Amino acid sequence: MNLVFYVLAGLTVLGGLAAVLLKNTVHCALALTVAFAGLALLFLELDAQFAGFAQILVYIGAVAILVVFAILLTRGSETPEDGVFSHTWLAGLAVAAAVFAVLGWAVIQSAPALTHESAAPVVTVNQIGNALLGRYVLPLEIVALLLTAALVGAVIVAMHEKEETK
Amino acid sequence: MTPLGGYLLVAALVFAIGLAGALTRRNAILVLIGIELMLNAANLNLIAFWRYGPHPEALTGMMFAVFSIAVAAAEAAVGLGLVISIYRHVHTTDLDEMNRMKG
Amino acid sequence: MVSTLDQIFVLLKHWLVGLLPSVLQPAAGVLLSVVAIVCVFPALFALTVLLERKGLGRMQNRLGPNRVGPFGILQPIADAIKSLTKEDIVPLRADALIHFLAPLVLVVAVFLEFAVVPMGRNMVLVDMDASLLFFFSIGASTELSVFMAGWSSRNKYSLMGAMRAVAQMISYEVPLLMSSVAVVMITGSLSLVKIVEAQNQYTYGLPHWNIFTPWGCAGFVMFAIAATAETNRSPFDLPEGESELVAGYFTEYSGFKFALFFLGEYLGMFSISGLGTALFLGGWSAPFSFLWWVPSWIWFFGKVMLSICVLIWVRGTLPRLRQDQLMNFAWKFVLPMTLLNLVDVALWRFLGEGWLRWVVCSAVMLVAYVAAALTGLRRDHIGPRSYRYAE
Repeated sequence: MNLVFYVLAGLTVLGGLAAVLLKNTVHCALALTVAFAGLALLFLELDAQFAGFAQILVYIGAVAILVVFAILLTRGSETPEDGVFSHTWLAGLAVAAAVFAVLGWAVIQSAPALTHESAAPVVTVNQIGNALLGRYVLPLEIVALLLTAALVGAVIVAMHEKEETK
Repeated sequence: MTPLGGYLLVAALVFAIGLAGALTRRNAILVLIGIELMLNAANLNLIAFWRYGPHPEALTGMMFAVFSIAVAAAEAAVGLGLVISIYRHVHTTDLDEMNRMKG
Repeated sequence: MVSTLDQIFVLLKHWLVGLLPSVLQPAAGVLLSVVAIVCVFPALFALTVLLERKGLGRMQNRLGPNRVGPFGILQPIADAIKSLTKEDIVPLRADALIHFLAPLVLVVAVFLEFAVVPMGRNMVLVDMDASLLFFFSIGASTELSVFMAGWSSRNKYSLMGAMRAVAQMISYEVPLLMSSVAVVMITGSLSLVKIVEAQNQYTYGLPHWNIFTPWGCAGFVMFAIAATAETNRSPFDLPEGESELVAGYFTEYSGFKFALFFLGEYLGMFSISGLGTALFLGGWSAPFSFLWWVPSWIWFFGKVMLSICVLIWVRGTLPRLRQDQLMNFAWKFVLPMTLLNLVDVALWRFLGEGWLRWVVCSAVMLVAYVAAALTGLRRDHIGPRSYRYAE
């Protein structure tokens, strides 16, 4: 537990809080990128270089931009007058708080069983590549299929429908 | 607090924030933002367990996280496509107003 | 003597760092390299702006700037003073915080890209294992700053420029990555230092640069197209098309912030030229083996400046594309061609040494490009533009 960890954790949590609390939807999306960046830096802090860079590339470079596009295409940045939260917000908050309480309790209870500081594992991109095309080749192919299906599916779902089908 | 415990707590907190956002916001896109946060928290868990687990050289946790990032990207694309498509039909992204199954 | 000249900056840095107590040495080494990067590239930026204005002037039968100093060579200094002393105007309805952060995010991200570009033998700030991935992930985050600038200005032109820019950058990032993956496949490493070293070999005095292979030549052309679009240069400068959008996403910026955007754009050009140089043009290696004695950094900066000159030449020559043409070009031509490039690289890799792979790979590329040209030249599918609104 060092200072870097606390700073990054604070950044991530604040970004996440801002992403769900702010009124303006575009501000939420930008706060979300702060949370993503914090998480990516936490990955780097955990010596997972490849996963950290992949996180930045995929989340900040693609997902955040997609969210922003969706907000602008749906005029979502106009704040409604009657509040941004659902009328069942209390129940939702209670469920989330309960989930956090259970998770936190479980982590703190099991703290003695968790391993202590270990030497940083040295993982080269070469090893990751070999693992991806060796032991994990089936999941890789499935993900490739899934991404292709998602690409085609997203285009079809979001494509403008012909007037007569309306 | 061990390092692993710290990371797990942060992940739990981010997960809870994402869950709260997904359950309480009215805008469909913000619900998706909450879900993304939850997925990310899970990734952080996976990476933390990989780093402090007994066999980091087996790369299992890292691979899980990388695949989960790929799946989350697909999920975001399809989810936002659905939001845009729904918006075309009912001209709103407010989930409280989307209470009819009939298009 | 030759190797001293080659390593002069590295030796200088070691000498300067050696003057400090050993506790401070690692931090001081990094700091010194960062300061060098932060000084050299803005200086190059000033030079390039002058070059561009003079060159474009000549291409358009004008003189270009010629009032400040002899032949106008002091124009960059005049420009700098002007932009620093200008009034900084923020629109009343603008989102002040995001409006302020956007240029900073852009410049910081672009400077970070230089950290992994090898500028000479042993001259790289961070030699990490996944440096290519780092470059692209940082490059992806510049899109966000463009969006921030356009959205926070509360100006229709800015917003449209930003949307165009983001759509364009996302679309062309895919072929950019794909054409680089070809090089990664042949080198077997994501480290730019290793990629350059793999190209630093010679047969009969000729270098093993990736551009001198069938797949590399085609890949470099695709990379150059995607890089031009990625940096919003003409003919892909729709995001800031003067005749339509005033200045695109930075319409509402003035003074120093405008200068920062300008700087960020040119630094993006330098970094992407540096990347292209490292991937396809052999980085800091000499073009002929008998020129080995010329310092490696001269070759790197020479190649980068040559790419910049080509970009200026292209800007002075080609007309601007239309938005639908731009998107069709990215998804229907550049992306399939880079995918084919991957197949070609795999063939090249597994046919092994010898003349066979040259014949097969060249034939594949030739057939593909001739077929694409023949189908593309039939004008029946280039009909009138159809408008689509998001409603």
